[in-house]
Amino acid sequence: MLRYIFALLLVASGSVLAEGILQKDCASCHNITGPAAQTLKDAFAQKGPNLFYAGNKYRQEWLVSWLQKPERIRPAGMYYGNHIKPGAKSDEIDPSTLTNHVVLSKADATAIAAELMKLKPHDNLIAREKIEPGTIIKQMGEMNFDKFWGCLACHLIEPEYGGYSGPELYTAAKRLQPEFTASFIRNPQAWEPKTWMPNKDVSEGSIQKLVQYLDLLSKESANAK
Amino acid sequence: MPNRLLLVILLATLSVQAHAQTQTRETAADNYRAYCVQCHGMEGNGKGVNIRDMSVIPRDHTDAKAMSGRSDEMLFKVIKEGGSSISKSVLMPPWAGTLNDEEIKDLVQHLRVLCKCKFGS
Repeated sequence: MLRYIFALLLVASGSVLAEGILQKDCASCHNITGPAAQTLKDAFAQKGPNLFYAGNKYRQEWLVSWLQKPERIRPAGMYYGNHIKPGAKSDEIDPSTLTNHVVLSKADATAIAAELMKLKPHDNLIAREKIEPGTIIKQMGEMNFDKFWGCLACHLIEPEYGGYSGPELYTAAKRLQPEFTASFIRNPQAWEPKTWMPNKDVSEGSIQKLVQYLDLLSKESANAK
Repeated sequence: MPNRLLLVILLATLSVQAHAQTQTRETAADNYRAYCVQCHGMEGNGKGVNIRDMSVIPRDHTDAKAMSGRSDEMLFKVIKEGGSSISKSVLMPPWAGTLNDEEIKDLVQHLRVLCKCKFGS
């Protein structure tokens, strides 16, 4: 009985500790309470992605893994405009302005990920999405992605191919719940009113194809991280 | 019953007003910095951070000759509805979901400042 109570206390204290780290450390760069930025002034001040809907967005196992070995997902950081400079051929990323994410221990990463997964204020948006199982031929997916919707303008779809102002997409399906991906493509402003991702009025069928293509991309060994 | 209906209408009106108040009209310079710079560049010269792998290079907004060939109405349309609405590249997305009409009109004027030109000049 005592052992049981001790174990319960350990779990509870871990949770309290994780909550403390979230509110103290994570909150210095991430919005963990919401709402999303309603003005560009606030959007320009963002240093990391909003985490107040992390439970609606991320895959828990990916959070645990990434927090122990964080690698940059947004090549130009956040807000991208604060990390670029004019260059010879085009504007360039200014690496001197980018900072690396803190590395967590396995125990802390596990506890923080569990806390983050509790943050689900947008269950209503997620509930509207239904992911249809299916596969897509890579060339078709790429054509849809590059030529028809132009996603590569702002996103990397291979480590060295695509744009820089958005997050890399060849790892997106590893990071994100497919319902979130679908919902964000459908209406980015429902999640982030000031996001620099446009609403391209993507049809239901095309959303499904894009989600399938991202899934395919993340499974390719060359893109495995 | 009529009282209850009145209350519902009153609450709905208040809710609509509250929503409208949260929609800020941003300046054209800030909107340009947030949404246009990623492709059209910090200096508006079409050399944004994203252009390396683009099949069509974004318009140089400082090019008076090219920009004077576009009417304000056409610039409004392409910002609001995207490149394909004027038979141009799909890489230029529609911004109707992001910007309201007033903000788009302000952006058109901002483009005229960048190109130091008018339509037909």
